Amino acid sequence: MIEFYLDGKAGVAPYLQLVQQVKQAVRVGLLKPGDQLPTVREVVAGLAINPNTVLKAYRELEHARLVKGRPGQGTFIVGTIPGPPPGTYARLRRGLRRWLDDAQAAGLDEESIAAFVASTLRDALEGEEVA
Amino acid sequence: MSAIDAENLGRRYGSHWALRGCSLQIPTGRVVGLVGPNGAGKTTLLHLAVGLLDPSEGRIATLGSDPRRHREVLERVGFVAQDTPLYPTFTVADTLTLGRRLNRNWDDVAARERLGALDIPLGRRVANLSGGQRAQVSLALALAKRPQLLLLDEPVASLDPLARREFLQSLMDAVAESGITVVLSSHLIADLERTCDFLVLLRQAEVRLADDIETILARHRLLIGPRRHGTGSGIARIVRESHTDKQSTLVVEVDGPIADPAWSVNEIDLEELVLAYLGETVRGSAPAVVPLQRVEAGV
Repeated sequence: MIEFYLDGKAGVAPYLQLVQQVKQAVRVGLLKPGDQLPTVREVVAGLAINPNTVLKAYRELEHARLVKGRPGQGTFIVGTIPGPPPGTYARLRRGLRRWLDDAQAAGLDEESIAAFVASTLRDALEGEEVA
Repeated sequence: MSAIDAENLGRRYGSHWALRGCSLQIPTGRVVGLVGPNGAGKTTLLHLAVGLLDPSEGRIATLGSDPRRHREVLERVGFVAQDTPLYPTFTVADTLTLGRRLNRNWDDVAARERLGALDIPLGRRVANLSGGQRAQVSLALALAKRPQLLLLDEPVASLDPLARREFLQSLMDAVAESGITVVLSSHLIADLERTCDFLVLLRQAEVRLADDIETILARHRLLIGPRRHGTGSGIARIVRESHTDKQSTLVVEVDGPIADPAWSVNEIDLEELVLAYLGETVRGSAPAVVPLQRVEAGV
């Protein structure tokens, strides 16, 4: 069982925060197929949030085939989120370290690097060409 | 049927309109946040909805009936007035007895269970309860009527953060349990963001927004860019603008993608949006040259 939390300053809709927390828990293996999610009333009582928000999050997870609601029993994990092949993170990290050394050598400080990464990521996700 | 259906509803005190031209439909099954500065007409609207006031013009239907002409509809409506008034010399148990004798569908067991779960002693006088406990007793009384619609006028305004959270937990639990429709007025937008899915915003006696919160947020954007007039493709209406000598910050209602690439287009959260509407730029007035800061009072 996991416990949800809400970040009021995240700028992310509450239902989406719940969805992301379940996905993250599945991704890192905290939740496995067969595990039960808290009931709507448990989440509502814990967080003082609108039950419709919880229902919406669970509906979305169900739509993504990650969970399944069983009437009268609760909502259970049924899917997994496949991770990358082993060694992928280590390889990516090495590449990223080389790039970071390069950026630091060019005189960028931590803040500039973070801003640059964030803006490049945003452009990449929007499919824009790098100038 | 709407939980509340108002058409051109107005209430006047002498020459002063406390509420005017109010048309809105509140669907059932929702948790509705009612916001606006003091004096905007929130309490007047709630009092009209429960038949404590007669409209000066227009009409209002609560759960499908005129609450002044069909008083029986009030058996299905719970109302917690501002400052949760209770008889201070009564014990909690006396208060429950009074409720039981005054209401036909009274669920005494549920009320006692609710208060028991909160460790509120039934033998204690109301005057000796904490503010949070008093609010919980008021909520338990309102829920014991088994209403379909529950109206609360600033129920958490005077509570400390923990009592406020506990009150909202009880309220949301009741929603989860019974699917009751709730209308809740409050100045605390962060609470409304967690608990509400529908927003009604009043300003200067008029309804400025009344819609699903997600729909409202999807329809608005915060634009930041070099100083300019906020016109162009995608901008349907400017809600609020502020300018420095170099920069303009706009809260706008959009009707499509913002075409002008000079604007940095940002999503807006509920608190910023409510503040923008409360400080709405009046048409024709000069742009205010103030940096966009959070307004201290008023919300």
